[in-house]
Amino acid sequence: MTDTTTEKVARPHSAAPPVRKTQAPRQVRLRRGLTPWLFLAAPLILLITFTYAPVANMVAYSFTDWDGVSPELSYTGAENYAEIFTRAELFQVFFVSGYYLAASVVQIAAALYFATILSFNVRFRNFFKGVLFFPYLINGVAIGFVFLYFFQDGGTLDSVLRLLGVESDRAWLGTSTSANVSLAGVSVWRYMGLNFVLFLGAIQSIPGELYEAAELDGASRWHQFRYIIAPGIRPVLSLSVILSISGSLSVFEIPYIMTGGATGTETFVIQTVKLAFQFNKTGLASAAAVVLLLIILAVTWVQRRLVPDDKVDLV
Amino acid sequence: MSRRGIARALTYLSLVVASVVVLLPLVVVLLTSLKSSEEMANDSSALQLPESLLHFENYVTAFQDGEMLAAFGNTAFILLFSVTGTVIIGSMAAYAIDRFTFRFKKLVVALFLVATLVPGVTTQVATFQIVDSFGLFDTRWAPIALYMGTDIVSIYIFLQFVRSIPVSLDESARLDGAGAFTIYRKIIFPLLKPAIATVVIVKGITVYNDFYIPFLYMPSEDLGVISTSLFRFKGPFGAHWENISAGAVLVILPTLIVFLFLQRYIYNGFTRGATK
Repeated sequence: MTDTTTEKVARPHSAAPPVRKTQAPRQVRLRRGLTPWLFLAAPLILLITFTYAPVANMVAYSFTDWDGVSPELSYTGAENYAEIFTRAELFQVFFVSGYYLAASVVQIAAALYFATILSFNVRFRNFFKGVLFFPYLINGVAIGFVFLYFFQDGGTLDSVLRLLGVESDRAWLGTSTSANVSLAGVSVWRYMGLNFVLFLGAIQSIPGELYEAAELDGASRWHQFRYIIAPGIRPVLSLSVILSISGSLSVFEIPYIMTGGATGTETFVIQTVKLAFQFNKTGLASAAAVVLLLIILAVTWVQRRLVPDDKVDLV
Repeated sequence: MSRRGIARALTYLSLVVASVVVLLPLVVVLLTSLKSSEEMANDSSALQLPESLLHFENYVTAFQDGEMLAAFGNTAFILLFSVTGTVIIGSMAAYAIDRFTFRFKKLVVALFLVATLVPGVTTQVATFQIVDSFGLFDTRWAPIALYMGTDIVSIYIFLQFVRSIPVSLDESARLDGAGAFTIYRKIIFPLLKPAIATVVIVKGITVYNDFYIPFLYMPSEDLGVISTSLFRFKGPFGAHWENISAGAVLVILPTLIVFLFLQRYIYNGFTRGATK
């Protein structure tokens, strides 16, 4: 490309001194060719060292029995993968993701509801928007403690229930089902705000004349939602779904901080972290991480196929 | 009441209920943090107001025994370096990608794109070995390097802004004899101010709140950041909820202040970050 253009430009002028003219651009061209790489060197080196090298190493470790410390490791083929899919307790963690997946349905529905009503004229709109979004900004450990106290025996939840005349003596984090439901509830509390703000932004970018026209035609609020808002937020909705699925599979902070993975609340990532850093089973943990990575990539791929994203225009 | 009126009332009711659900757990923790240990022992209801709203002893305990001051120091140190690094690296990458045509450009862009799909939590098993082999384990440089090196969202935010800066500005500067680096430093970078503000806020909040990376890479007690130091409250303070609550409030308060002052930037930043 550059060659042809320089020649075209150069030819009419440079009939007399051709030698000097062709040499100078070559040097310039070399420098031009090098400049972007100087700017990209640091980002690319970091990207490769901390994203691609780990992925490659992880795949390699997953076929070994390495313990993460000793210089010795032996190749074990697909044994680690077989172990993950056959040992029931290792596979168990995927069922825990089910609670979070169900919770994210609630979360998206709630976010959609609040985004819709706050996109209309509502008093104290900014206050409500701020309140609903703020939990997303709070430190995860602080959230963990806030809700440990919330679910504690005689804690916030019990006190509120007593105020409402319900006497409850149950340990909210005591049984597996109750604990998982409670933790999934915390996750809705924490992440709903992000979905909500995303939806609200999408709804507010729909031109106002559309609503006015609809109102003139006598469309109800529901029809406005169904035929104007819903199509307008489809891309954001599909993004939220994908974030929810990969989020549900890689839950870590809330259960780790609140229960440490006890009473059947262990998630995939907690298990992987424990395998790798407590039990020194780097090989097995890597295989588990590869499985998770593949699932997330597959989900993303399916989503991209189902909802072709026309907004991806990077270059 | 008309149907519209009832619908309106229900709308407000749902908003008020949602606000209570969000705020109540936080308010209770704030109240608990102001209670004395005797009050905690006698008092059965979590909703009871503290005897004195100016009882700050638990905060003193959190600062002294919980080593929150050191934690804030470490967090500030990590924040300063990783946010500065992210801004410089992200803006340089965006400038190179948008303003130059070079070989393998498609490949470079694809590398950044695909990396967004790899969730950081999954690869830590192997990342750990790499960080360890550089001798960064249990130093504050481990999280700094990871925060700088794995932030692709910032590059996208910068890319959008660089694209909106007219190329004619670069060209006129080049005619004045400016080189690529001068153009980046004197023209592009200053015009990126809104993007920089967005990245600083989003990145700052993410780093401030992160638990996973400091927890994995900085086990030493004196290297606690606010997340990990607060997490350690669980042990020594056991069932002393008044102290734990004070710690949690200390951690939440800066976020609340930043949010109240920079709301607009925060909404824009997180929306842009998520939809990249």
